[in-house]
Formats: sequence, C-alpha cells, structure tokens
Amino acid sequence: MCWCGSNIASTVDLDRVQKAVEKLTNVVHVEQNKYTCSEPGQAQIVAGIREHNLDRVVVAACSPRMHEKTFQRTVAKAGLNPYLLEIANIREHCSWVHTSVEEATPKAIDLLRAAVAKVIRNTPLTTSTIPVEKRALVIGGGIAGIQAALDIADAGHQVVLVEKEPTIGGRMAQLDKTFPTLDCSACILTPKMVDAAQHPKIRLLTYAEIEEVGGYIGNFEVTIRKKARSVNEDVCTGCGICWSKCPSKAPNEFDCGLGERKAIYIPFPQAVPNKPVIDRENCRYFTKGKCGVCKKVCPAGAVDFEQEDELLRERFGAIVVATGYELFDHSVYGEYGYGKYPDVITGLEFERLINASGPTGGKLKRPSDGKIPKTVVFVKCVGSRDEAKGFPYCSRTCCMYTAKQAILLREKMPEAEAYVFYMDVRTPGKGYEEFYTRATEEFGVNYLRGRVARIYPKGDQLVVRGEDTLVGAQVEIEADLVVLATAMVARRDAAELAQRIGFSYDQYHFFTEAHPKLRPVETNTAGVFLAGACQGPKDIPDTVAQASAAAVKVAMLFSRDELETNPMVATVDEGTCSGCEWCKPTCPYGAIDIKTIEERVGKRTVSRRVATVNTGLCQGCGACTVACRSGAMNLKGFTNEQILAEVEAICL
Amino acid sequence: MRYAYYPGCSLEGTAKEYDLSTRATFRALGIELEELPDWSCCGASSAHTTNHLLAVALPTRNLVIAEKQGLDLVAPCAACFNRLVTAQHKMEQDARLKGKVEQVVEGEYQGTVKVKAVLEVLATDFGVEKVREMVTKPLKGLRVASYYGCLLVRPPEVTKFDDPENPTTMDALVEASGAEAVMWPHKTECCGGSFAFARVDIVEKLSNDILAAAKSNGADCIATACPLCQANLDMRQKAIEKQFGTTYNMPIYYITELLGLALGLEPRSLGLGTHMVESLRLLREKELA
Repeated sequence: MCWCGSNIASTVDLDRVQKAVEKLTNVVHVEQNKYTCSEPGQAQIVAGIREHNLDRVVVAACSPRMHEKTFQRTVAKAGLNPYLLEIANIREHCSWVHTSVEEATPKAIDLLRAAVAKVIRNTPLTTSTIPVEKRALVIGGGIAGIQAALDIADAGHQVVLVEKEPTIGGRMAQLDKTFPTLDCSACILTPKMVDAAQHPKIRLLTYAEIEEVGGYIGNFEVTIRKKARSVNEDVCTGCGICWSKCPSKAPNEFDCGLGERKAIYIPFPQAVPNKPVIDRENCRYFTKGKCGVCKKVCPAGAVDFEQEDELLRERFGAIVVATGYELFDHSVYGEYGYGKYPDVITGLEFERLINASGPTGGKLKRPSDGKIPKTVVFVKCVGSRDEAKGFPYCSRTCCMYTAKQAILLREKMPEAEAYVFYMDVRTPGKGYEEFYTRATEEFGVNYLRGRVARIYPKGDQLVVRGEDTLVGAQVEIEADLVVLATAMVARRDAAELAQRIGFSYDQYHFFTEAHPKLRPVETNTAGVFLAGACQGPKDIPDTVAQASAAAVKVAMLFSRDELETNPMVATVDEGTCSGCEWCKPTCPYGAIDIKTIEERVGKRTVSRRVATVNTGLCQGCGACTVACRSGAMNLKGFTNEQILAEVEAICL
Repeated sequence: MRYAYYPGCSLEGTAKEYDLSTRATFRALGIELEELPDWSCCGASSAHTTNHLLAVALPTRNLVIAEKQGLDLVAPCAACFNRLVTAQHKMEQDARLKGKVEQVVEGEYQGTVKVKAVLEVLATDFGVEKVREMVTKPLKGLRVASYYGCLLVRPPEVTKFDDPENPTTMDALVEASGAEAVMWPHKTECCGGSFAFARVDIVEKLSNDILAAAKSNGADCIATACPLCQANLDMRQKAIEKQFGTTYNMPIYYITELLGLALGLEPRSLGLGTHMVESLRLLREKELA
C-alpha cells in the first residue's frame, strides 16, 4: 500500500486499512511504502514475493493508467506472470476525491477487498506477436503531411502521401509572408514540396482520397481513390500549352475564388506535381460535348477524356493524419453583413490579395471595385472565443497573422492606415511578442481594444462601428477594406474521415490526441498518428514540430519487425456460443468473424457456426462480452467471473 | 382570427395614431381585437431599471388576465412586447422567480398565452400574400425605409421573431402595400430610446444617424412599429435638423398607417395628419391621399 507522499496517506488511514486487509482470506502479507513506485518500493515487492512465496500481488496506489506497467515489470522480475498483479486505485478513485478520512478509509478497504477478490481469479496471460508492414500512409499534403512524409522517408521507410487537391502545399502555399520572421511562405515551402516529390522513398498521390481503411497497427489495409485527372501524369510534361489555350474559366479555389483559372489548370505556378487536372464541371468538352482544344494542342498526347477513377489497395503499418483545417464561415454574423459585403474579406483572402501570385499580382486592390484601400480595419476573433455565434476556443494564429498583415499593409503602402480591433493580444511563441511590438511601435498600427458591433456600407466605404474599451467610447471608422480574422475550424469531412479510419474526435470535430500532454501526436487507435491543425488550431512552427514528432513515432514503430499484442482480448467459449452473431455488429474494430466448426453429437458429426475473435484487431473494449446472450464471450483479464467477484466483494 | 389586445400606455397618449391605425387596419383585414380588461402598465424601462421583481411582475399581471381570456395577445408597442416576452422567458428559466411573481400578482401564471407583435400577426399569422390580395390602393412610388429598432427582434432568444441583424418582416409588408422597401443598413440601430429625457444629445445623434441613413439610401419616409422610435424620429426631427444643419422633412409613419392607407381607409381615420413632421403632404404628392 502506497502513501504517495501525502497524496494518499493524508486522507486514508493506511494503518486501519492494513489491519482490515490482513484479515482477508488469501492475504498473506501487507506492507506500506511512502512511494511504492520508487526503486526501494519495487524492491520490497520483489523481496516480499520471494520471502513469502506469493503467487498474486495487489498494489494499492494510483490509477493503473500511471504505473500498471511499472508494477507488472516488478512482479515479472520476481518470476510471476505480470497479469497476476492487480491495482487498487486508492488515489484518483479515493483519496483525491474525498476530504474526510472517515469516508476515505472504509472506501479504500472496499477497493482493496475487491482487488483481492479479483486477483485470486486472475490467470497468467501471454502476449503474441504480429508482423509490421514498414510502409507509412500520410493523409494530407500540407506542410504537416509534407514534413511527416519527408522525416519518415529520411528514416528509410516507404511513404505514400495522399492529397485530395491536384497539388501538395496546402494552406501554407496560399500565404504570402509568415510571422514572425516575414519570410516568404512559398520560398520556404516550395523546396520542401520539391523534396517530397523527388524523394525516392515517397510516392505522391495527388487528387486522391481515402476510400476505406481496415486492419490494425502494423497491418492497415487501405483503399485509395485516385480521382480521374483526365491527364496522363506519366506522359504530361507540364508545358502549360493546354491551360493557356483552354477557353473555359472558373473561379480559382486557390485564390479563395477572388481570381479565375481555366477548366484545365494547375492551382498555382509552383504546383507539385506540375501536371494539370480537368475540372469536369466547368470543362466545355464535358458539359457541352464539344471543344477538346487541350487535347488537340497537347504535344505529348497526355489529355485523356476517358480516364476514370482508379481504386488502389495498399498495405501500411502506420497512418499519419494531417488533413488540416478550414476557415469559419462568417456569414452567420449579421452585424458584419452576413458575408454579403464584397469588401469584408477573410484573412486568407487578404493573403491572396497581397501575394505576387494572387489575382491582383500582389497589388492590394479591394474586391468590389479594384480601388486601392487607404484605410483597412482588421477584426480579430471572428468565430473564435464566441460561444453565441462561433466556437469558444481560441484559434491561436489570428493575433499573429493579423499583426503580420497590418505590418505588410503599412510596409507596402505607408500612406494607408491600419486599425485592429482585438479582445486580447496573445503572443505565446518565440519572437512573437517582439513582432507584435514592432507592429504597434515601428509600423504604427492602431490597436483598439473592443468588439466590432456593426459594419455597414456608406457610399463606397464601410463604416466599422465598435467599442474602444480602454477609452470607454464608441468609435466609428470609415474603412475601404475590412479583414476578418475568422476562426480555424475542423474540415467539413473530418468526422467522416475519423470514423472511416476509426479514431476519436472532439465536439468541434478536431481529432483527439491520446493524452493532451503526454501523448500529443498519438490517437487512441494504435498506429494512427496526428500532425497539424486537424488536431486543433496551430501555426506553422507548431505544425512542423508535431509532424516531425509523428514521424518519429512511425519510425519507432518501424524499428521493430514484430509487435507484441495486448493479451487482454476477447475469447469465445465455443461450447456455449450459439452462433447468433449478435457480437459481430457490436464490435467497433471489426474484430469478430463467424466460422464453422464440426463437433460430434452422439455418433454423428454436425457442423455449427460460432464467433471467432481476430486478436490482432481486438482492442479489449469488452463490448462483445456485454452483447453476448449466452455468456460465451469473455474478455481475458476482465472475465465475467473476475468482475462479478469484485462486485460481490464490494457489495456483500 | 381573434386576439386579445394590449394597447399599453403609449398608445393612449403620444402614439394614439398607432392605436387608431392598428385597430382600423386589423378591422379592415377581418382580424378581431378584444381589449384586455383592466390592463395595467408593463413597467417599460422604468421598472427594469428600478426593481427586477417589479419588472417581471408588472407584465405578468397582464399575462394572467390574458390567460383567463384564452386568446393570444397582440402588443403593438415594441417596449410592451419586449417586456411581456422577457417576463415569460424569465419565468420559464427560473421557477423560484415564477413563484415569487405569482405571489405578487396574486394569480397563477401558466405560460399558455403567446405574445405577438403587430408585425408577426400581420406577416406570419395573417400572411403577407393575403395582405397583398386585399390591397385596394397600392402605395405606388413610395420609398419606405423599414425601421424596427432595438426591441422587436432582440435579444433573439427572447423575442424569437425575425432575424436580429437584418429583419425583413416589415419590408415584406411594405412591399405588399405596393410601396418600395428601401435596402438600408440601420434597420435595428437604436434611436436613443428613453434617453430622450436624460441625454437629449445622445438621442439626437443616434436619431440623426438613422434619418441620414434613410435619406442617403433614397427613402421618402420611414415606417416604424414602436411608439418611442416614432416619437424620437418624428418629434425631434426639427431639433435634429437645427443641431446638424440639415433638412430631412421625412415623415415617420407607423406600418399600420401605411397598410391602412393601402387597404383604402381614410387617412384621418388612421391618425395621419397628426404627426409632427407633416405626414400627408408626401402622400398627396404621390397621389396616395
């Protein structure tokens, strides 16, 4: 029994517990330590096992999530099977949640009585091994996916990088400059894009999506849909004649719809791969049945109108999910014009308008009439930190990119005025606070602390009315352009993807890490890792760090040829299984199959259908044991008999 | 269609025309109004700046009477409407408060009556299309800025009616009357409300913003559904013009006056001609009266 310093000992009277526990049947020896998890504490357990010839051990301490592995190794050192150990959680379940010794002590005794009752019924369990397919799948070709793919490939493993757009690059490719150093986003990103394309261990699959994921850690079976590009990638040289001759135009998604592209196009000049795709919805050939100009002019004969979607089936040992984010749709803000004023734009649209490869060639012209704005108002926290219309969370990047955009505006057009409405200025990153200070001091950006109550048109301008809470007055600014720092939100299809692969996501559909502090890049599903803003709002430095961390986790997994499986899996008693198949749809991991067995009844041999568990897929959740009507399904380490013994020990 | 009718204090005084035109228009449309017997003041701004219990109890007294009458309640005044639905909302949220209020008003509150603004009855219950069909004298050529003010549509979780930032119910009724509903951004801006007594400067500034916005967006006149909005924009218009050195000469109508006119009612029977800013000249110019 552990004191955990004063964590347990101050609320639980362990001497009283010891007296009570010593009297229990099957209990041979009881000891207390100040810290059982310490080396001397563990040594005492080993000594106790040897001295008293024990074959079961109960440790009364913290949650098994903390030290179960530690104590399993301890008892193994003394020659016991590690599964003959039981933990009574008298900290999280007892001392931490009670204040009175009189309440906590009897409860600790109950918890120990239950643990003793269970441990007597524990049986030795052994692990088995499964092979590892040393190929990684990275989903999402933004900076997170590119970084993860490069790191895994540099560690010597095969990577398939799947991107649903026609090019890799993601959001970072759309940005102009990056904070806090103001280096050009494309200049630092495009070398990485090229590296990823040319790396001998990386296979790029652009314009492709994940169709189906089966299998388990080390052995995922993935179906990838390679959408019809209508261009033969192997033959195309990327010369560009096709898109220069194409007669059909459509809004360019890469420019947030502010500019136009052709129906056969590459999203931006540095696209990787530099191979166009035909947007069939806007292509004259596909909509009207005649045209075919691109096919006629292509010197390589790469245009292929007959191309169809292709389904690829691949095996992977690990998956990195790096699907990124979307921007909050500010049209729910009626006070900002329901998204109907053309000169109220998002931060990402601003990036495109000041980018040299953008629709205005880098000259900041406002969308409504192409005029050069003289007064620009930036509004922060649009959709973030707003439970009424948006989300309660902070999007983490807006404070910095707003400061950056205001600086870029003042740098390019010193005669223009920049105003920023803010709730707080949050700058928790290296060099961030200094950058913000430069915005206000060196570049003269006007920061106003308060919310914007209304934006309305007046003449060809927009009146931005808000509150300056530091002065305690209402302010009205007649602006030419308003930039909204809209919240980062999970991608529309995030939940669907998580369900398809089989891991969890939070209420906002951001993917959930296995532990918020200690396992930040793992999911709860073994072998599936996270990188970037799909896990939560994140800037580029944090995204890259997380991507490299995920890559290390994959490399770690691939450093072994075989994996030990969890022995606490479901098992079927074929004698009592009635073959009702009720357990099969209950299993969230698809681990249950039905097989036919033959048995002798009297003098005849009859065949019968029974359930069988794939121990590689089974995660030991126990759902099937509850669903099983004949009680044939049991979870090793948590059998019905063991659980009932615990319940009886507490209740009787 | 039959409703209980809660005129409120303003409609017996400064907003007599609103009362006249509401009753006349409803009668013309065949909607029956039965005045709430022994109704009392809703408390308006004074009660809720003085005592929270009083602010809920005063409207509740009227709600209890309406429940006995067994009809849904029409409250033309935006402040009355807002106080009545706020009281309902508060008691729905807080059973203890409801108990206390019931003690004060010496009656049981069931929550069975729906309180409605004039706009909701006309546009939703009666129907914009039916209004359009019954129009006999379309208000052709009249350009109307529909002004809702703060209290009709906000806070949305309490009023549960129309869009809080860009309401359109009144605009639809204006269009049904044959007039043109002007697009403008100040539909729900505050006119200054009851600051008219303490801080005339604020009211003049805010009301001026509204008048200026209506004018610059091409409106001939403003339609309201709130006695205080109408009073501030109409009664103070001369002073505002002097203060800001401008001329508006912009009539401020109640929506029910315009609808009544379109239904062929006599202008005088609707209270037209009793406004501070001459209200008949514009109509005569457009050959509508």
